[in-house]
Amino acid sequence: MPTYSFKVNGKAVRVTAPAGMALLWVLRDKLGITGPKYGCGMNVCKACTCLVNGSAVTACSTTVSSVQGAEVTTIEGLANGDTLHPVQQAWLDLDVAQCGFCQAGQIMAAVDLLSRTRNPTDADIDAIENVCRCATYGRIRAAIRAAAAKMP
Amino acid sequence: MNDPRGLPMDAMGESGGPGFSIGRRRLLAYALSSPVVTIAAGFGVNLATPSSAVAAPMPLMPADSVDYYDVGDSLVQFGAPTMPLVKLSVGTDGKVTLEMPRLEQGQGIATALGMMIAEEMDVALSDVIVHSADAQPELRYNQITGGSSSIRCFDPVLPVMAAAARARLLAYAAQQWGLSPSSLRVEAGVVIAPDGRSATYGSLTVGAATLPLPSAQPKDPSQYKVIGHFTGRLDARDIVTGRKKFTMDLAVPNAKPTMLRMPSQIRGQVISVNNVNAVKAMPGVIDVVVVPPGGAIVPRQVGVAVMAETFGQAWDACRALDITWGDGTNKGQSNESIFAALRAANPPLAAPPSGALTIDGEFEFPSATACPLEVECAIVDARADSAEIWAGMQTPIVALQATAEDLGLPEDSVRAHVIPSGGAFGRRLFWDPVQVAAYVSKATGRVCKLMYHRSDDIRHTRLRPPQVHNVRATLLGGSVVSYEQHVAAIRLDARHGYGEEGSARTGALPEGTPQSLGNLSYEQFFFKTMVASPYNYGFSTKVLTPVTFDWNTVSYRSVHIQPARLVEEIITDEIARAMGIDPVAFRLEYLRLPRARAVLQRVAGAAQWGKAMPAGFAQGVGVHQESRSFTACIVELDARDPKHAKVVRATIVIDVGKPINPSGIEQQCHGGLAEAISLVLNAGLTIKDGLPQEGSYSQYHWARMIDFPKAVEVIIMPNIGDPVGGMGEPGMSAPSGAIANAYARATGIKPRKFPLNAQDPFVATPPGQLPAPPL
Repeated sequence: MPTYSFKVNGKAVRVTAPAGMALLWVLRDKLGITGPKYGCGMNVCKACTCLVNGSAVTACSTTVSSVQGAEVTTIEGLANGDTLHPVQQAWLDLDVAQCGFCQAGQIMAAVDLLSRTRNPTDADIDAIENVCRCATYGRIRAAIRAAAAKMP
Repeated sequence: MNDPRGLPMDAMGESGGPGFSIGRRRLLAYALSSPVVTIAAGFGVNLATPSSAVAAPMPLMPADSVDYYDVGDSLVQFGAPTMPLVKLSVGTDGKVTLEMPRLEQGQGIATALGMMIAEEMDVALSDVIVHSADAQPELRYNQITGGSSSIRCFDPVLPVMAAAARARLLAYAAQQWGLSPSSLRVEAGVVIAPDGRSATYGSLTVGAATLPLPSAQPKDPSQYKVIGHFTGRLDARDIVTGRKKFTMDLAVPNAKPTMLRMPSQIRGQVISVNNVNAVKAMPGVIDVVVVPPGGAIVPRQVGVAVMAETFGQAWDACRALDITWGDGTNKGQSNESIFAALRAANPPLAAPPSGALTIDGEFEFPSATACPLEVECAIVDARADSAEIWAGMQTPIVALQATAEDLGLPEDSVRAHVIPSGGAFGRRLFWDPVQVAAYVSKATGRVCKLMYHRSDDIRHTRLRPPQVHNVRATLLGGSVVSYEQHVAAIRLDARHGYGEEGSARTGALPEGTPQSLGNLSYEQFFFKTMVASPYNYGFSTKVLTPVTFDWNTVSYRSVHIQPARLVEEIITDEIARAMGIDPVAFRLEYLRLPRARAVLQRVAGAAQWGKAMPAGFAQGVGVHQESRSFTACIVELDARDPKHAKVVRATIVIDVGKPINPSGIEQQCHGGLAEAISLVLNAGLTIKDGLPQEGSYSQYHWARMIDFPKAVEVIIMPNIGDPVGGMGEPGMSAPSGAIANAYARATGIKPRKFPLNAQDPFVATPPGQLPAPPL
């Protein structure tokens, strides 16, 4: 079985896994990083959204072989010590979460969006397809706007 | 005051003090063996007169019992006798911990209960810990999460417990210092004497536990500093940093990822697995287990389980299984055949008197899935002489008891840990993943970490029953004289009872039948204690006819209320139209209760009811009462394309009596709005040959960001002394009615078959198979 080397949240990791294994299971079952969630495994619900080299991907539809040498960021790696990322802080300020299950993916999708544009339009936000069964959408929209205003 | 079941109060606990009143409620104090707390249990909370508004309802014929007794009252009453066993403790670190006998599923009850404790004990909310208690069979009926009842159960009790705990800590400090307790004050968990001496709760707790239990009066609402103020969730920081642990995130030693491939039809069978050895030889595969029929109280989910080193490998192996499936109990059934059976089951409506004008309607609701984002899952460690369960359970006691029976173990050798869940919405009233994981754990001798695939989670989930409603409103002499609504629905499985084995078994009697008499009783009890009418429609009846299908069903958020009240709101608009009266003015005339009129008047003003709308757009209104809460909603709908109508604005007014956490209340209103958008416009299951065709969120259209209006205003009515109402479910029906009515006003099309929007075609995963990962 091949071995892959990449970084997760700034830390170098080496895993032995089949080339076609989804990054989601490598993170969760091999590395014990449980922030990215399984919600469908089909690139539909997006609860497993992470960043690979700074861009959002769904870990369920990303093979481990494709992240060889890459920099993977999960929700656990977003804060700088006790200092939260502006998106995380906006989530707290507006009390966005309900059950919280989809929120890691929602936050990573928002971070990705704000890395692409500092002034997201409603259409940009509407394009986030992450499912929230509790329906925190209204507060997510507000939190993205609040975070956008505070991004360094 | 007597216990409604006829037991004298003293039989349930040592009578420890005089009764005292909180607001208008009479409470009875208990003294306890519990080391910290004194508790009072509220009986007849809503049987007493909570406000003048409820004191004199206008007549509803035949008498509508929901005004006087609803399912939440039953949960409050049944839970009260064991409230003294609920644990509230103060640690030497000063942290105050509540072992909450309920499931936190995102609805915010842990935060609301934490706020009550912080308020009464004068501790920082950050020093309050609320976690779900393990299953405690001695709590009997007091460990079920449902019926929007959690806050209603605890608001009369928890403040008394917390106030007593505070009083006891003060009493000990006063004793140590030779002062009167009344001379002491508390700031952020520190007891302070007039001379400046101080002691933390943490330093006092051990000594305080040796003192007799004081009685204490909770604060007057005018003193509240926490309750009623916008408060972030207790677990918010853990959520945004990825630290919150759900069941599948737990690092239970040696727990092995397991997935279950389910049959080609609902309640289908496994005839044979034709390549067991080949699949066992696949990378990472540990074992393959056929999960047969069986299970105590409710049937176990049948299928073929694969245990592997990772979920990815378990899924691959599940897909590789070559299985011969046997038919299920609903072979050949489709939406069409089910609706035909339901239509035939509904008793005919009464013939109208001559000269009457009638408004009739027949309404169809397909099956719906609660589809919490966390798929059904459980970890079970079944050993020869004991077992341990980890899962998000709404009914952990009966789950423990039934699992003990399944495993052939005594009840007291099984422990069940209640883990916060990623939603539930009623789905986790049953414990099917626990049943499967227990079976697999016993069969393999390993710890089973079981997770359903989303596709099977939707197809084999417990569904909201499909239903047909037949309605007739009769107008005579310029007013509504009768309203009849006949609801035929696939029977609703209620064999969870009140969350423990006795009531569950009662619901299952006679055992093994698809529609037991016990279940029928529960269904009718729930219907009659939940579904009400806010209107004075003369002779007004709603009748449920359950139809027996051997089908996996469960109470979906608000159970029968959302469809029943949606229909009534649609017919109400149609009556108003027939009478040439504005829908809001009509409702104000016919609403029975002042609180309902108040929320409607408020929403009409806030949403500028009647303002000019562009062609293809319309406003719509709905009003609703449920669980002692009142709510009204006005939406603006863009129906320029009637096949793709979209809510663009929503204004919601909610009166919950006593608001605890405005943040949580607003969130539940948002959730109710999204339920309405989904169920009315976009989401429904298509049954074909005994199986739902949908297998993902791309096929079952639960609302996403793009569907949720950008302008949503939630207005919470102020606390004027009414008891706290429910909040988890009441938020659905008013927006549902508002959306359907806006649709009718915008398009001229009567809303009859839900969902109203076009359903895009999709390629279904073949029955009995799982889709491939998109790699």
